[in-house]
Amino acid sequence: MKKDTYIFGIETSCDETAAAIIKNGTEIVSSVVSSQIESHKRFGGVVPEIASRHHVEQIISVLNETLEQAGLTFSDMNAIAVTKGPGLVGALLIGVNAAKAIAFAHNLPLIGVHHIAGHIYANRLVKEMTFPLLSLVVSGGHTELVYMKEHGLFKVIGETRDDAAGEAYDKVARTLHLPYPGGPHIDRLAAEGQDIYGLPRVRLEEGSYDFSFSGLKSAVINTVHNAEQRGEIIIPENLAASFQASVVEVLTEKTVRAAKEYNVKQVLLSGGVAANKGLRAALEKAFDDLNNIDLVIPPLSLCTDNAAMIAAAGTVLYEQGKRDGMDMNGHPGLDIEQF
Amino acid sequence: MKILAIDTSTYTLSIGLADGDVLLAEQVTNVKKNHSVRVMPAIQSLMNDVEIKPDELEKIIVANGPGSYTGVRIGVTIAKTLAWTLNIPVAAVSGLASLAASAPVIDGLVCPIFDARRGQVFTGLYRLSNGTVETVFEDRNVLVTDWCKELLRQKETILFVGQESILHEKTIAEQMGESAVFAGKAVPYTRPAALLTLGKETENDPAAVVPNYARLAEAEAKWLEAKEKKENGRE
Ligand SMILES: [Zn+2]
Repeated sequence: MKKDTYIFGIETSCDETAAAIIKNGTEIVSSVVSSQIESHKRFGGVVPEIASRHHVEQIISVLNETLEQAGLTFSDMNAIAVTKGPGLVGALLIGVNAAKAIAFAHNLPLIGVHHIAGHIYANRLVKEMTFPLLSLVVSGGHTELVYMKEHGLFKVIGETRDDAAGEAYDKVARTLHLPYPGGPHIDRLAAEGQDIYGLPRVRLEEGSYDFSFSGLKSAVINTVHNAEQRGEIIIPENLAASFQASVVEVLTEKTVRAAKEYNVKQVLLSGGVAANKGLRAALEKAFDDLNNIDLVIPPLSLCTDNAAMIAAAGTVLYEQGKRDGMDMNGHPGLDIEQF
Repeated sequence: MKILAIDTSTYTLSIGLADGDVLLAEQVTNVKKNHSVRVMPAIQSLMNDVEIKPDELEKIIVANGPGSYTGVRIGVTIAKTLAWTLNIPVAAVSGLASLAASAPVIDGLVCPIFDARRGQVFTGLYRLSNGTVETVFEDRNVLVTDWCKELLRQKETILFVGQESILHEKTIAEQMGESAVFAGKAVPYTRPAALLTLGKETENDPAAVVPNYARLAEAEAKWLEAKEKKENGRE
């Protein structure tokens, strides 16, 4: 009988201090996330120095709770997996150095994980992956279409050329004077409004899987500005609905097209924006007719940053024999095809 | 009692190992290189050299600031995580106190200096006497010129230490005249032995050990300033 594999994961790339234990790459034994969102709200966004300060304060209690919830110790673990990039460098370094200290103390293998690989592998905690697959990754910092032929092999077939979708959400939310983080507020307003403002759908050149959201963001700002000058009143619900309709339509259209062209068996939605109800509904509708492609959307708790996804991705790397040394660094701009 | 001491609060990397009162190893590198990449390999090879295994450690001592924010956090994160996971105590000591204690002074006032840019320093004032280190003025972030005025009130000769104190020698000499003596070159950085001595009596809970930045994060300072302005405007 094959022995169980336990991987301890740590994630500190942005504003969540998180740790988790995953069994056999698919089962969450324990997962703890300490969010700093309240501390960053008054600044209207994540302040890197403040994030780093919180991580170093929170790290031990998060690690401790993760072991306690699981009722396990490090002697039960096969390896320590940690996000080594991309992300805020000062924030990444807390997780990376904590992971190294644990690996050193208990003589455990150390595995650096790409944050987006983690987001994609969050899906494996819901349903086993079937290859080839396509993942639409949408978060505050990323909008990418990633193709996977097999475990641990990532190919970016489309990415944003300017703002990430999540970034555009935050900027539009600010224009509408909604509190930070803006995504959930826009999603909520959009559900009550109508797509009436005729905002552009930016598809870029024929056949491209790349994205661009800065033009859409400017169009929103112009719409508000022009209305103010004409003394007209903007209906926030309708503007949110118009903005969201444009984002969702472009994301869905490109995902469906890529899924067909690459002949994938599975499509995985990943990243924080995967919590968006409008996007989830549009993808579900689009893939409803394509019954040879399996659409997987993880629950909200697995879409936002967590360490379960890092340990899940780390399990595959562990099984493939990938190891990092005690000289591992944090890499703010780590490339998913190279790591 | 096997003890590991770590200081990464400036670009100098200081690591020490002791067995009780016996100093087993000291390693200092004084180059501007990435701490995150170098600290753990350095600890690993030094411990290997003196044949101490991780699970034989009984205490960790760490300089918890002030200094480079990132540098301090790397040292503190490694120290508190090691201590927590090995279930041993950690002692957080001032990096400035450790620098002061690195001076070969029998009796007298020592002022350690880390540069903090724009005419500012991280500093404190310590009295060394017979191997003990007493805090006279707590660590702070201050303009050199303001700091000299406070130091002059001591009406005693003060020894300035730390390689970054050299940047401020001219200003300090102008302000303090004969009361200032400089040993920036002779005592350029913290000796691991000083950390080991300073942390001897202290035991902190690993989860509770946090950096002493001696300064608010810039965004926080600006936010407070804006808030104050707004409140004053209302009156
Ligand atoms: Zn993320």
